[in-house]
Amino acid sequence: MNAIVATGVRRDFDGRNVLDGLDLAVDDGEFVALLGRSGTGKSTLLRILGGLDPAYEGDVLVSERRAVVFQEPRLIPWQRVLPNVSLGLSPARAKGGRDGLHTLAVGALAEVGLTDHARAWPVTLSGGEAQRVALARALVREPQLMLLDEPFGALDALTRSRMHVLLRELWTRHQPAVLLVTHDVEEAIVLADRVLVLDRGVITVSAQVTLDRPRDPGSPGFTGLRGRLLAELGVVTAEDGP
Amino acid sequence: MVDLTAPPVTLVRPSVSDRKRTPRFRVPRLARRLTGPILVIVLWQAVCSAHVFTSFELASPVAVIDAGRQLWAEGALQSALAISLQRVVLGLTLGVTAGVTLAVITGLFWVGEDLLDPVIQAARAVPILGLLPLVIIWMGVGELPKEFLVALAVTFPVYLNTHAGIRGVDMKLVEAGQTFGLNRWGLIRKVILPGALPGFLVGLRFALVGCWAIIVVAEEINAQSGLGYLIMQAQTTDRTDIMCLCLAIYAILGIGADAIVRLLERYLLVWRRGFKGA
Repeated sequence: MNAIVATGVRRDFDGRNVLDGLDLAVDDGEFVALLGRSGTGKSTLLRILGGLDPAYEGDVLVSERRAVVFQEPRLIPWQRVLPNVSLGLSPARAKGGRDGLHTLAVGALAEVGLTDHARAWPVTLSGGEAQRVALARALVREPQLMLLDEPFGALDALTRSRMHVLLRELWTRHQPAVLLVTHDVEEAIVLADRVLVLDRGVITVSAQVTLDRPRDPGSPGFTGLRGRLLAELGVVTAEDGP
Repeated sequence: MVDLTAPPVTLVRPSVSDRKRTPRFRVPRLARRLTGPILVIVLWQAVCSAHVFTSFELASPVAVIDAGRQLWAEGALQSALAISLQRVVLGLTLGVTAGVTLAVITGLFWVGEDLLDPVIQAARAVPILGLLPLVIIWMGVGELPKEFLVALAVTFPVYLNTHAGIRGVDMKLVEAGQTFGLNRWGLIRKVILPGALPGFLVGLRFALVGCWAIIVVAEEINAQSGLGYLIMQAQTTDRTDIMCLCLAIYAILGIGADAIVRLLERYLLVWRRGFKGA
């Protein structure tokens, strides 16, 4: 089964072509990272997959239960952390009604290690904490597909690598399909099973990552793949420079 | 060469303000806020005691308090205050409801905006007191025209600020709400209206000042009761003390109304942690 099947996706903005007949298929439970220079349409693709941009041509099919984590946490400032996690979930449709929903949201907060912050206002959270709440808000929906739009881009390096471990744990436990948009080549290789490169509106590279976990950025396999991907992105590295 | 005999660079304690970090004692906020008005009253009394004006031109605070006592004993002050308050509260309720309803319609629907907003902007440009003769023809001289004028004065500031508040809600939050399954009504209730609340409260503050300005004029021109009527009566009997008393009451009511909105803000906007002033 597939979590994403997109064929011939095209998107123009005022005559400027961004996506040019792109094809993409992601399997159930597969962790895919999407790389691309800025302005290549990574976020545009993610917004289309998330249902936020209906003005595209082509055919797009995605899992019914999906959740998005944006670059900014986008928590509702006037709701405390817990109702932010259960935002948009109806107690009437939840198992066990209102109590069931509460238990579910508390559980999701516990998974990202923020049980103590259930009653905090979003404004009082640090950047990393807010993004963990955003992860919990995605998780609580038990998504078949998680769409992550540079979710760690605004975090410091230390927090970012902690978030990598957390995301990997959550993925192992819940096995959703993940499409992670990022411009960080190392992040892509550390986390994903497959790395894609988006260039001039189509996917130009699809590289399976077969390295053992945990992945050591210093290992020859890692540096080799990184060099190849960087070259695809048009970056000249020190090793293969003139 | 580095000159080793040069005096060392002076070090200072890092601070962006000249103030000492912890003052020895803190004056309570209420006392700080009352100081200004009290100073004004003291100055007012001093000017009167020095006979800068005659007691006919300007009554002293002491004379005003005396007048207040006298009118209270007669029962005239309570009844005037009660009827004016009633008019303001009714007009305010009507105006706030109308302003918020219009803002929601024009804020949420482009059709509403295109159809209604130009009309509201044009109506806003009409001086409300210019409507007075027409309103008397339409509604007579009873309670209705006074409440209507107050409602009108309240509608516009509430409308403008609430509308701006709705339009100012972060599109990113709306998108987040949509992706996480909020339907249209859920978005309005959980994202858009709470987001417009700060704007609404600004409008309410303007409205609370404006509605007293309108009611006093409305009562001076056609009424047999209320604070404005009391002022008009005082004019025919040359009672400056009563005029000053009524004006002082308006001022106190204004402060009170502002305090209520501040309290509302503190309660409703707890989620905001903004700069509160040094």
